[in-house]
Amino acid sequence: MAALFGAWAAVTYGGLVSDLVLPTPSAVLKSLQTGWHDGTLVADTRDSVVRILAGFLISSALAIPVGLFMGSYKVIEAALEPPIDFIRYMPAVAFIPLTLIWFGTSATQKLVILFIGIFFQEVLLIMDNVKTVPRQLVDMAYTLGLSQWQVLRTVVFRASLPGIVDTLRISMGWAWTYLVVAELVGAESGLGFRIQQAQRYLDTGAIVLGIMLIGLLGLIFDFSFKFLYARSFRYLGRTAGAR
Amino acid sequence: MTDVLQLRGLGKTYAGGKGRGETVALDNVDLTIGEGEFLSIVGASGCGKSTLLRIVAGLERQSSGELLLDGTPITRPGRDRGMVFQQYTLFPWLTALENIEFALRDSGRRERSDIAREYLEVVGLTSFAEHFPAQLSGGMQQRVAIARALALRPRILLMDEPFGALDSQTRMLMQELLLAIWERDRLSVLFVTHDVEEAIFLADRVCVMASKPGRVRELVRVEAERPRILEQQSSSQFMAARQHVRGLIHDEAVHATSGLEAVLARREPSGEGTS
Repeated sequence: MAALFGAWAAVTYGGLVSDLVLPTPSAVLKSLQTGWHDGTLVADTRDSVVRILAGFLISSALAIPVGLFMGSYKVIEAALEPPIDFIRYMPAVAFIPLTLIWFGTSATQKLVILFIGIFFQEVLLIMDNVKTVPRQLVDMAYTLGLSQWQVLRTVVFRASLPGIVDTLRISMGWAWTYLVVAELVGAESGLGFRIQQAQRYLDTGAIVLGIMLIGLLGLIFDFSFKFLYARSFRYLGRTAGAR
Repeated sequence: MTDVLQLRGLGKTYAGGKGRGETVALDNVDLTIGEGEFLSIVGASGCGKSTLLRIVAGLERQSSGELLLDGTPITRPGRDRGMVFQQYTLFPWLTALENIEFALRDSGRRERSDIAREYLEVVGLTSFAEHFPAQLSGGMQQRVAIARALALRPRILLMDEPFGALDSQTRMLMQELLLAIWERDRLSVLFVTHDVEEAIFLADRVCVMASKPGRVRELVRVEAERPRILEQQSSSQFMAARQHVRGLIHDEAVHATSGLEAVLARREPSGEGTS
């Protein structure tokens, strides 16, 4: 990290590359100051975060139950997997032009892109998470007199929860890519929009600032998921070893 | 002796895949288990012993024949049969105590906790009540699983190779523990294993199964007195029973393994001598 920063400072301050190619660290810092004072920094970050959370929550809220049923019942898997697989292979960002025609640059359009990007990937991964639940654990639950619904809810879902949380963490990573591309192409606010604006004025400082902010936000989300995992699934004994 | 469990002409057939015929996993199995009887089932892999247990547990339905628990047909899983599997039988997110309490969901909170603690004590794990399964050794996990099955106060205990994943030292201790519990409660037990010594050491009768199709080859009564102790394993009664059961399983295994019969026959001394 420090080496990367050092190399960046060396080539830019040393005049090895022009400002137009790569800004100096101070230029990025200056963009940060400007953005902070005119309020665009906070507004753009907020808009992007709200969009990504909304898209992520809606997609996941649907993907979890659908994945749970697909992983538990062969019939449902057989019916849903082919169409989901088909859509999954269509790049979500390829839908941007079409969704712009349908919804304009509205919030709905961002949600649709995020949904296409997240849901179809997530649902298959969650199905796989559910399939890793040992058969014997499910059988055990039946012999304890649980109904099919109780087994699904209290055993299958609960047993696959650590895997599901990991899947959510990974899909959050993709979500950022889809959102930023959508904002670059058509938006009136957001970090992607700000980067796109900066490109018009060849303001490389603001571009690099935007990229770094997205990286930082991604890191924060990732860390939150890891923290949640470590806190919630201590019983797995994987984190207990640290004591 | 009254019969707790009765299997009459039990059969299980699986539909074959494309181009293949159906597979007969169990063919016309007759078996009864008396009140307080310990019955072991042994047989080579693929003889349908686990399928048999799954049917008794209600996890699978038989294709033909009758299956009665205290004279009532078994159609679904139920808490009157306590099950212990080889692995993954505890819920990882619940502590040892909670795992047992989970099985007693119908009882009141207080009663649930009391019964759970009582059975943890039976298996000697009182001080591990708050431990999660991942924090327990394989043997301890199986002890909790046994405690949970017992806590249901079932009519019969069904055990599917419960000690199969444990090292031999632990397995022996677990066998003694199980005998101690059985002598105390005199519960009816149906115990599936592929370990002949284990089957004989624990059981009143050993049911030797044959494969393709899975069926009862012979029922061997173990005459050794109770309570059983490890030292008995080297007694002549045990040796004889072991020899007998081993022989049955060996013949069966050779018969069931394609092409092996002819190969082994060549080994037999034929009197030709070496040229």
